[in-house]
Amino acid sequence: MNQERYTIHGINGPVVTVTGGRGLAMMDMVNVGEEGLIGEVVRVDGGTTTVQVYEDTTGLMPGQPVTSQGAPMSIELGPGLLHNIFDGIARPLEVIQEKSGPFISRGLNIPSLDREKKWQVTLSVKVGDQVAPGTEYASCPETAAITHRCLIPAGLTGRVTWTAQPGEYTVEEPLAEITDNRGGVHKLALSQRWPIRTPRPMAQRLPISRPLITGQRVIDTLFPIGKGGAAAIPGPFGAGKTMTQHQLAKWSDADIIVYLGCGERGNEMTQALEEFSELQDPRTHRPLMERTILIANTSNMPVAAREASVYTGMTMAEYYRDMGYHVALMADSTSRWAEALREISGRLEEMPAEEGFPAYLASRLAEFYERAGYVKTLGGNEGSVTVIGAVSPQGGDFSEPVTQNTKRYVRTFWGLDRALAYARHFPSINWLTSYSEYADDLKDWYEKNVGPDFVPCRLRISNLLQEEAKLMEIVKLIGADILPEDQKLIIETARLVRVGFLQQNAYHAIDTYVPMDKQLKMMQLILELYDGARALVARSIPLSQLKATGIFDQLTKMKYEVPNDDQSKFGDYRRQIREALDQVSRANS
Amino acid sequence: MRLEYIGLSELSGSLIVLEGVKGVAYDEMAEITLDGGERRYGRVILIDGDRVVLQVFEGTRGISLENARTHFTGKPMDIALSREMLGRVFDGAGRPIDGLGEIFPEVRRDVNGSAINPVSRQYPRDCIYTGISAIDGCATLIRGQKLPIFSGSGMKHNELAAQIVRQARVAEQEEDFAIIFAAMGVKNDTAEFFRRNFEEAGALQRVVMFLNLASDPIIERILTPRCALTAAEYLAFDHGYHVLVIMTDMTSYCEAVREFSSSKGEIPSRKGFPAYLYSDLASLYERAGMIRGRKGSVTQVPVLTMPNDDITHPIPDLTGYITEGQIVLDRTMEQKGIYPPVAILPSLSRLMKDGIGEGFTRADHPDLSNQLFASYSKVQDARSLASVIGEDELSDTDKRYLQFGEAFERHFIHQDQGEERTMDQTLDLGWKLLTILPRGELDRVDPKTLDAHYVEGAWESLGTGGSWSA
Repeated sequence: MNQERYTIHGINGPVVTVTGGRGLAMMDMVNVGEEGLIGEVVRVDGGTTTVQVYEDTTGLMPGQPVTSQGAPMSIELGPGLLHNIFDGIARPLEVIQEKSGPFISRGLNIPSLDREKKWQVTLSVKVGDQVAPGTEYASCPETAAITHRCLIPAGLTGRVTWTAQPGEYTVEEPLAEITDNRGGVHKLALSQRWPIRTPRPMAQRLPISRPLITGQRVIDTLFPIGKGGAAAIPGPFGAGKTMTQHQLAKWSDADIIVYLGCGERGNEMTQALEEFSELQDPRTHRPLMERTILIANTSNMPVAAREASVYTGMTMAEYYRDMGYHVALMADSTSRWAEALREISGRLEEMPAEEGFPAYLASRLAEFYERAGYVKTLGGNEGSVTVIGAVSPQGGDFSEPVTQNTKRYVRTFWGLDRALAYARHFPSINWLTSYSEYADDLKDWYEKNVGPDFVPCRLRISNLLQEEAKLMEIVKLIGADILPEDQKLIIETARLVRVGFLQQNAYHAIDTYVPMDKQLKMMQLILELYDGARALVARSIPLSQLKATGIFDQLTKMKYEVPNDDQSKFGDYRRQIREALDQVSRANS
Repeated sequence: MRLEYIGLSELSGSLIVLEGVKGVAYDEMAEITLDGGERRYGRVILIDGDRVVLQVFEGTRGISLENARTHFTGKPMDIALSREMLGRVFDGAGRPIDGLGEIFPEVRRDVNGSAINPVSRQYPRDCIYTGISAIDGCATLIRGQKLPIFSGSGMKHNELAAQIVRQARVAEQEEDFAIIFAAMGVKNDTAEFFRRNFEEAGALQRVVMFLNLASDPIIERILTPRCALTAAEYLAFDHGYHVLVIMTDMTSYCEAVREFSSSKGEIPSRKGFPAYLYSDLASLYERAGMIRGRKGSVTQVPVLTMPNDDITHPIPDLTGYITEGQIVLDRTMEQKGIYPPVAILPSLSRLMKDGIGEGFTRADHPDLSNQLFASYSKVQDARSLASVIGEDELSDTDKRYLQFGEAFERHFIHQDQGEERTMDQTLDLGWKLLTILPRGELDRVDPKTLDAHYVEGAWESLGTGGSWSA
């Protein structure tokens, strides 16, 4: 360890230059000034080192000390992450509140995990066992539904030479000793540290073959995302990005949710915290917070910590993936992260590329999205990290650099649409600009688990919408009255699909989450009506007669009427469709 | 001993540079005394070894490399706060300008404030009734919200802001209500317009005004909203006031930030604005809110004029990404003589969903506003179709949409500047307007709610709609 004394030389916003020696390494974590503000080395230039500081730098003076922690920026991982809310560099916000009141003050060095809390630990190894990275050595119930598995960290292979007795332990108390092949002794506790910018290792990547079921019809049916996949939600303000992210965080069938509020509104995080504590996970019937980690770097919190927050979230997600869980990471919004990069890059006086963003924007985005994946873990389990990133394009223009670069690294694209949002059509996912490359990968899963009818139905619904879009071009010019009856039927059915199927009411007790089998039945009914109506129209019966029976309006409301757990009511709808068709048919025979 | 540095080593725009300086902290305040005895104030914005860059609030006019002496105060920019501020007028940097003397400070606070911990926030749910149908019905204002008005030059945003101030009420009447008015780069007439309005409403004793007029220094303009919000937080969270902050014009503020940034030689991003404009605006807007366990609240209604009426311009764009919705004014509505000229479709209140409906306003409110939005968006389609094929060729349904659109604009959105509608009046009016449309078109409303509120022919029976019936 070198004994060099580093001191502050200059200050420009969150960027601080340090002199006093040559021993600081790139990406080392440092404490700056008397208060020990946390920072990270971003440039080393001869005897001058540049540090980005994760807190407000007001009051720093040249000459104040800077100390290195001798390791890259890393966070503590262990039980107690779930059901908790952290800032961008993993400090628990509730403890910050206890220490500094409702306003966040600076220089608080608070460990991520509770030091006092005792966990009921079961040891999974015994003395003499050979262990390798990924071997589970201890476990404890973290929440009612999630067992926390402690795994041998990367790079450590050896033999167990001591274990503690099963019982209650804090995160720091030693549980086992491993003697490695060179005779070195390593003590392991419940918690460990990991550098946030380094992806956690895995055994191998597996192909994506299972969907992340979200309960949102437009997503599950038309534009699915696979477990381990990556998706982007771009949209102008007011289009419902955060709303969609919240819905996904609430209802996705992942085991763990990491929700990252990156440069967004404080009230939204408060709302997430309140709602997730009250709502129940439909599968475990426990509060959603028990499977959730919230990370909040609101737009008025320090910008450098915003840059770090996405890595903090990703590291936590990978940590649970390694235990064999399916994790979904929602990042809202990645644009704020890109802007933080731009802001810091500007302060470092780097040469800007497109729209002032640094030239490495694309590679940083790629690194981030590539940490998603469905993997075989070192311990031999299957786990996944699914990433869903919101993008806030400037002026709602999808041609800007963040949206364009993101598009290259995600395979599902849910483009939110201003016009749909204005008409209060939510989720405002535009079915013409959105796409999912996973749809084909997931075909087998759908056929096996939802029904052989699902994929053909999905295709027909999607075609109807495409047809409608084409017809609407004509309608805009000449009005709908001139169209032939079969085209009117397409427009009417597409309206039913839009209002009765794609549109989903997040505030409605039944409609907020819809299981796959119900989605399929809804599609089948709509198509049944369409096929029946087509037969009538082919007999030159005007569509208006069928519309007069009110059957289209009735089907529009079925999403509110059929409970998710008792779908027998679909039988009534099927009967009504037949009656309406018969009635019109008889009247014309 | 008072330590002063004599002379400067560089002057550029509103910045001055000193060399050989020791023991100065980032963001510290400095007093600059000119030879004539004139005193100006500055703030440290960059330190590089013993070289220090200061921004001078009042500008550098008249300063030379030799005639200035600089004293560092050893603390960041703060302002004196006291309840005596109510009824007083300050300049953009928080100094009294109404000739009534200094205020006696109960406490001094850093104008930059600190971020509210998301854990400590109270999620806002209490509706503020403004008596304006367009707002109450379709973009409800919630206590603790930040809801800007997006306007353009020459439109009636000031009138609208003034009407909100005059009429704003909450359900249960609590009396600790204060208004903070921050004027940034506005004309003297505008400031006077607001003052007169506060006076007429008998509210002058509850108003704190921070005025940075169009001719005042731009550096002070950057401080103006910070001083205003520091005062607002103090009144709200120390003394339990419900504070409504009107900030106008945010466009001038952002231009001041741009001017200052370019004088520092920073790399510009969109339209010359600095890359940190988002963070900068967020550090203002995020100071709205409520804190768990404390009585008061800070509600913000910033006003900004969209350059060239362009909502994708960086200022409205970044604002919209931070604030909890927006009320957008529209020039065609203004030209039709509709007041307030609110463009309903792009207007939005994000907090509305949790502050309306059963137990808050009225059970049918969410369905109704949803339906009004959905129906009115179809009016636009019908109008563009009519402009192509002519109104006579439209289908009966489309004709009804045209009729609905006209009536909605003339009777629902439009109201007098002095008119105050109760929530019931607004909602009932909305339902009546919807009866212009066939019941089958109302696909956003629960059938039960529809049964309770949709009365066939209710609009025609009023007589007002007669002239538009097809």
